[in-house]
Formats: sequence, C-alpha cells, structure tokens
Amino acid sequence: MGIWLLAVCAAHAQTIAITDATVHTVGPAGTIEGATVLVEGDRIVAVGADVAVPAGAQVVDGSGKIVTPGLFSPVGALGLSEVGAVTGTNDAIQQGVQFAAGFDVAHGFNPRSLVVAISRMDGVTHAGITPQSGGASSQVFSGLGSVVDLGGAADAFLTRGAVVVANLGVRGSALAGDSRAAAVQVLRAALRDALDYRDNKTAHERGERRAYSVSQTDLDTLLRVLDGSVALMFNVNRASDIEGVLELAGDFSIRAIVLGGAEAWMVADRLAAAQVPVIVDGINNLPTNFDRLNARLDSASLLVAAGVRVAFGAAAQTHDARLITQSAGNAVANGLSWHQALQAITLAPAAVWGIDDQVGSIEAGKMANLVIWDDDPLEITSYPEQTYIRGVPVPMHSRQTLLRDRYLQIDSALPPAYRAPANPDPVPRFR
Amino acid sequence: MFGVGQVVRTMRIRAVVVVGVAALLGLGACEQGKGDGPAPYSSTYAPLPSQSVLLQGATVLTGSGERLEGADVALSDGRISAVGMELDTRTADVVDAQGLWITPGVIDVHSHLGVYPAPSVAAHSDGNEATDPNTAEVWAEHSVWTQDPGFATALAGGVTSLQVLPGSANLFGGRSVTLKNVPGRSVMDMKFPGAPYGLKMACGENPKRVYGRRSRAPSTRMGNVAAYRAAWIEADEYRRKATGAKPGQGKPPKRNLQLETLAGALDGEILVHNHCYRADEMLVMLEIAKEFGYRITAFHHAVEAYKIADQLREHGTCAAIWADWYGFKMEAFDGIRENAAILDRAGACTVIHSDSATGIQRLNQESAKVMGAAARVGIEIPPERAITWITANAAKALGIEAQTGTLEVGKMGDVTVWDGNPFSVYTKVVKVYIDGALAYDRDDPGGNPVTDFSLGTAARHGGAL
Repeated sequence: MGIWLLAVCAAHAQTIAITDATVHTVGPAGTIEGATVLVEGDRIVAVGADVAVPAGAQVVDGSGKIVTPGLFSPVGALGLSEVGAVTGTNDAIQQGVQFAAGFDVAHGFNPRSLVVAISRMDGVTHAGITPQSGGASSQVFSGLGSVVDLGGAADAFLTRGAVVVANLGVRGSALAGDSRAAAVQVLRAALRDALDYRDNKTAHERGERRAYSVSQTDLDTLLRVLDGSVALMFNVNRASDIEGVLELAGDFSIRAIVLGGAEAWMVADRLAAAQVPVIVDGINNLPTNFDRLNARLDSASLLVAAGVRVAFGAAAQTHDARLITQSAGNAVANGLSWHQALQAITLAPAAVWGIDDQVGSIEAGKMANLVIWDDDPLEITSYPEQTYIRGVPVPMHSRQTLLRDRYLQIDSALPPAYRAPANPDPVPRFR
Repeated sequence: MFGVGQVVRTMRIRAVVVVGVAALLGLGACEQGKGDGPAPYSSTYAPLPSQSVLLQGATVLTGSGERLEGADVALSDGRISAVGMELDTRTADVVDAQGLWITPGVIDVHSHLGVYPAPSVAAHSDGNEATDPNTAEVWAEHSVWTQDPGFATALAGGVTSLQVLPGSANLFGGRSVTLKNVPGRSVMDMKFPGAPYGLKMACGENPKRVYGRRSRAPSTRMGNVAAYRAAWIEADEYRRKATGAKPGQGKPPKRNLQLETLAGALDGEILVHNHCYRADEMLVMLEIAKEFGYRITAFHHAVEAYKIADQLREHGTCAAIWADWYGFKMEAFDGIRENAAILDRAGACTVIHSDSATGIQRLNQESAKVMGAAARVGIEIPPERAITWITANAAKALGIEAQTGTLEVGKMGDVTVWDGNPFSVYTKVVKVYIDGALAYDRDDPGGNPVTDFSLGTAARHGGAL
C-alpha cells in the first residue's frame, strides 16, 4: 500500500508535455497546430506552438494527434447508477418525501463506478450528476446536482450542490396532480415560502410564521437559489413552458437553465436575451409527447445562431454519457459549426455549471483534464488514445475491455473463466 | 401466414415449398377471403411512381461485400437493372452522383414504429399484449399506426424496409410484420410483398418480471422455459392433426390463431425472432429449438452474442444487436461495443438493429461505432463489410434476401444515396429509392412525406426531413 501511495504521489507531481499536436484549446488561442500542452501536477501551465519543454518532463509525442479539453457530460447519473433496472444500484432518484429541492445526490456518488471507468476511456473527464424524477412520490423539485471529475477518487467534486433540478411541462404535470399549471404553482409557492423564511427566520423559529409547503432542508436550498448561488435547472420542452420559465426567473431573479428544450429554438431570442442556457439532447427529433411537437434535429444550430449557450446532454444520460460526441457530430451535420459543437461538450457545459474558470478549455491555470485523440473527436470511429484527469493519465481499460479481451479468442481449450485478464487491475484506484 | 394466392403472386420460390398448415387446412385465399381477390390482410403495397434513373459516378457499396469507385447504378421498372462502370445513359434520367456513396436501402430488423409510435401516449401503447405470457395469436400489424412520424424520419435515415415486432413482455409476443417504408393509409399498403412473417419470442427478465409480479407463471427463467416447451408440445399436436387430416377423412382441428402461428414456426414458414440477451440463455433456447425441430432465425439484442459467436455460426442463427447499449438492465450488463466485430469475424450472421425510433435514423452511425471499437483491437472492418450488417444480413434475417438487401441486378430498386461515407457522423442521406421510386430527396424537402400527425409542426421543415 505504501508503495502504491508513493506511486500515486509521483504521478501527481509529474510534469507532462504533450508535444507537436493539433490542439483545440476552445479558449482564446483557438486551434494551434504543432502545439505543446504543458501540465504540472493537476494544472495546465502552458499551451502554444513555442512552449519550451522543461527538463525532466515526461514527453508525450502528440504528432498526428488531436488534443481537446476533456469532455463534460452536463447531466445524468454517472456514479449514481450502475445498472439501470437493478434496485439498489440507482441513487439519482428518491422515492420518499423527506426532501425535494434539498435532496443531494452527491452523498451517493461512487467514483469507482464501472460506468465511470467506461465513460472516461471515451473522453468524458467530468460530469454533472443530477437527480432524476421518477416514481409516484417524486416531486416537482428533484433535488441538487453537482459536478464530479471521473478520476476515480473520492475528492472528485468540482462544484457541489450548484443546481437544483425542477420539472415542469408534462413531467411536472405528472408530479403535480396531472396539471402543468399546478407544477408551476408548487414551484412558485416554494420560492415564496423561501422568501418569507429568509425575511422572518427568527419568527419562523419561534413558530410565529405560517406553515411552509416544503421542509427545512428544502428552504435552506431554495434560499441559495434565491440569492443566485445555486441555479435552477428546469426539465422542460414546450415553448410555452419555457416562456413560463423565463417569466418565473424574472419574477424571482434566479439563474435558470433549460434542460431538454425541444422547442427552445422557437423562443431562442428570448432565451438569448435572458442569458438562459439550454442543454439539448441533440439527436431526439421526434414528437414523443405533446411538449415536443416541434422537435427538430437542427435545434442546436438554431439556438447557437440566436446567441444561446448550448450544451449537449439528456436527463437520463448515464451509460450513454460518452455519446455526447455523437450528438455534437450530428449537430455539425445539421448546421452547427465544428468549433461550436466542440464547445458545446466542453466549455459551454462548464459555463452552465459556473465552473468555466476551472475546466472546459485548454488554458494556463485550468485543470489538466485533457484528451488525446487518434482523429476528429466528433467522428464516430475516433477514439481517445489517452485521457488525463487532473493531470493524471487514466487507465484506458474498463470492465468492458476485460470482457472484450477475454472473448476475442474463443477457441481456447479452457473455459473463459480461466482466461486471465491481461491487466489484473480492472477497477484501478490510480490516485 | 400467407394466403396461398399471395404467395404465388409475389414469390415464386416460396410458392413451391409452401405445404404448411395453412395450405393443408385449406386456409388459402379462396377459403379465407370468401371470394375472389387477395386474402385478407395481404399486402396491397404498390410501388410509388418511378422512371428509369442512372446514378452516375458514385462510390458504391454493393451489400455483397464489394466497393466500387466511380461506378453507376441503374434502376428501371422498379428494379436494379445494372451496376458497373460507364453504363448506358440513353434511356434513363441521369443523376450526377460523383462524390456520393450508394448502398442498398437500409433495413432495420427490429423496430416498434407504429406499435409504439410517437407521441408515446398511453393511447398509443399497442406493442405488448401483456395479458398472457403466450399471445402468439396477435399480429403486430394490427397495432401499426401508419401515421407514426417515426416512419418519415426513418426514411430520412435511409431505411427502406423494416420489421415491426410486438414487444417483449410475453414469451410469445405474436407475429411481426415486415414493411416497406412507404406511407400507407393502411398497414396492408406497407406490407413487404411476400415477406415471411416472424414470431416474436422473448427470454429472460421481461416475461418473468411482467408475470412474476402478478404472482403467476413465469416468475423465473426455468418457468420461462417450461412454458415455451408446453406451448410447443401443443403446437406440434395441432400441426400433426392438421397435416393428418385429409379431405373426406377425419376432422381437421378447429382453427386456433395462437397454434396456427406456432405451427407456422415449426413448419419454418414463420421465422423465429427471439429477444434474448445472455449467452447461456441463448444456448438453452437453441436446445428448445432442437427439441421441437424449429430454427431460430435471429436472436435480437443478444448483448452477449460475442461469447458464443462460434455456436451462432454453427446454428446459422443471426445476432441482431445494438452497437453499444449496455448496463440498462442486469441482462445487459456485459454489453460491449466489439460484439458485432467479434461475431462478424467468427463468420456469424451479424445484424445491427435499432429497437429505437431515433436509432433507426442512423443505423450507419451505430455500425460505425463498432468499426471504431474494432480498430482499437486490430480488427479492421471496411465500409463494404460494415454495410452488410444493415442491408444484406438484415434481409437474410427477415427472409427477404432474394428480393432486397444488395445491389444485385434484378432485385428491388431499394437504394440509399449518401453525401459521403455512410460511416461518418457528418454524412447525410440525400436520396432514398424504394422499388426504383424516389421516396425521399433531401434536396426537395417539399416533396418528402409528412404524416398526418406532423402536419403543421416543425417536423415539416426541421432537421429531420
């Protein structure tokens, strides 16, 4: 164990220079050919064509390779859900009524999740982990979301409890007596209660105020929404419901994020004016319910053209977090520029979560979450050759690659169970 | 099951071999239809109007494993009339296809379009007759809502034929139907002429969960197997009674829709499409097929097929799979992206399916995922190979390989034209021909089909169409 820790520390302290690569910084420097990215410890310290490589640095030849910021899956249940339909492995949904806005999924995050290892191999270096609604006793507020890196360590949080997820539209309707109007009223009542609580804390503690519609935990959480330190993420698709979100955000002076937004393109100008970002699925173009009648494949392109900040993601995206590159690529096929698409899976989600000072681009001072690609990262057939999280190269294998390697040759005399994996450390704790 | 008249009209080869229960019970066109004309429920598909066309100078993936550069594809009288270099241009409309790629029309062997349509409201939930573990008597076509907007978006993804299946709640879910992806007022207008029916079976978690929680059988995998075997015993008896009954001697059994479908599967006229995830469970299903003397045409989903690629090859059973779905349920825990690559390399019949109204729009991209993953372990899969997973092999799994699935001369003029390599994320479908008729044209959005449901919505103009 002692040796292991030592190795980990050594890995941490390392200076790494990725040289001679095509670097898409997604920052002010744009794309740089023949560039070096210099990493010290967990930070990027320099990027450019003329960066000197210090003596002792570990040099990674990036010639012919593409380097991007690590990918950011903005929503989903990475580390919260292991097997979708298996009870006991899903912690993004709570069926009880103890908490609503204050339900904090961070307590359930498992950095050693097999899905985390699979996702980072495909270039996802950090992820928004968000509560989901589901079940009869779910509420209009789903709870608090956080951002983790996928490095496999317990201290994975880049930001904790930074958004509250709420459900309006058809989902909210199902949670509020089958009326979307009631869902809005539940939400507004809770925010009004929180305002009352803010202004009358002492009286409330003495029992001299009216009863509130939400618990103490929820009130404390909503206070942070009202003071702007926590954003409210609305799971909503219909244009009229998005207009309702804009009205509500104005009335309570809160920071709003639209999640879903199938019809957001129809109110793109208003979203842009209010600086409300949208997390879109990118691929689901079907009217799967009446909130999505005007869903279309080119909505990301329309939103960006109107000046809306767009990130790719879907509420239920966990095992598929790695597919954000496919969403981005399809958006390019439908009108979005390549650089805007890359931004929508790196810097834009970082800005949505308010951590674009830490991650999302390759700039000096930012966290060294990087991916070296064999080819165009948005192309389906491309793969990361190496993912770095906080400056540490992550193991490029997972339970899936172990299965793959076991069954690549099936004409063995021995049953598969006797075929030892080439790598004996399937779920490495590498830092 | 076919009316005999329909079989004769559309499919000569089958007409010779059809001696199954329906024929022997005298359930052919005349008896069933009580009059002249086609049998009830038979295909009324008529190709869209077409004229001869010559697609000139493209990269052509034939579906038979070849890749031709700068080649022409000619369609006339609804058929593929020629494929090659510098074809005669005199009698056809010439389309400049330089820089474009041409493939056989994409075929999806696993769709629930129409039976689980969009919008997916409760009133549209018509894919699982989840009232009994054996509902072999139901036919998916009788649930198909032809106005599902998903048909039009699938067309924009290059899909020319698809199999619509019942869901997987039941051990025997019912009959599937193979459709041409053309708009129809009725499902009969869409039915692929002469395509065999399928029987949807399901193993594993779904049936035992659905019925187990109602405290009835099956509640375990062994319960699943016992129920399959009991049903086959009954079907076998029905079949023997039916085939034993001769005119004037003995009485044929009373017609039973459930047993008729199962007997059709035993006869090999109805193809068995078996939803099954786990390798060990697929091998048990193959034993059941052995016990009762039927063939499993394809395992669907088959996320662990890569563990038994050799066995699937030996049985001639296709594996119709997703590229990379995993982890959404226990029996999908071992899904890997190399599944198709390992199967294909072993010589097993490999098909990429969608089971999804969005996935069906980009089966090419799903295949590309496998190509990329395979390359990482040194398995090179060129485009001319990968295309077979969503064309020729899919046609084989549906029993329609004599009519479609490759660009061989004489086959149906089912062709998809792409604006580049189909296995690039940036590539889009530009034209789709079905039976030689231009069914979709990206360059003429006003001419593309819009379902009744989508009228007045942005789907009319959106990225989908």
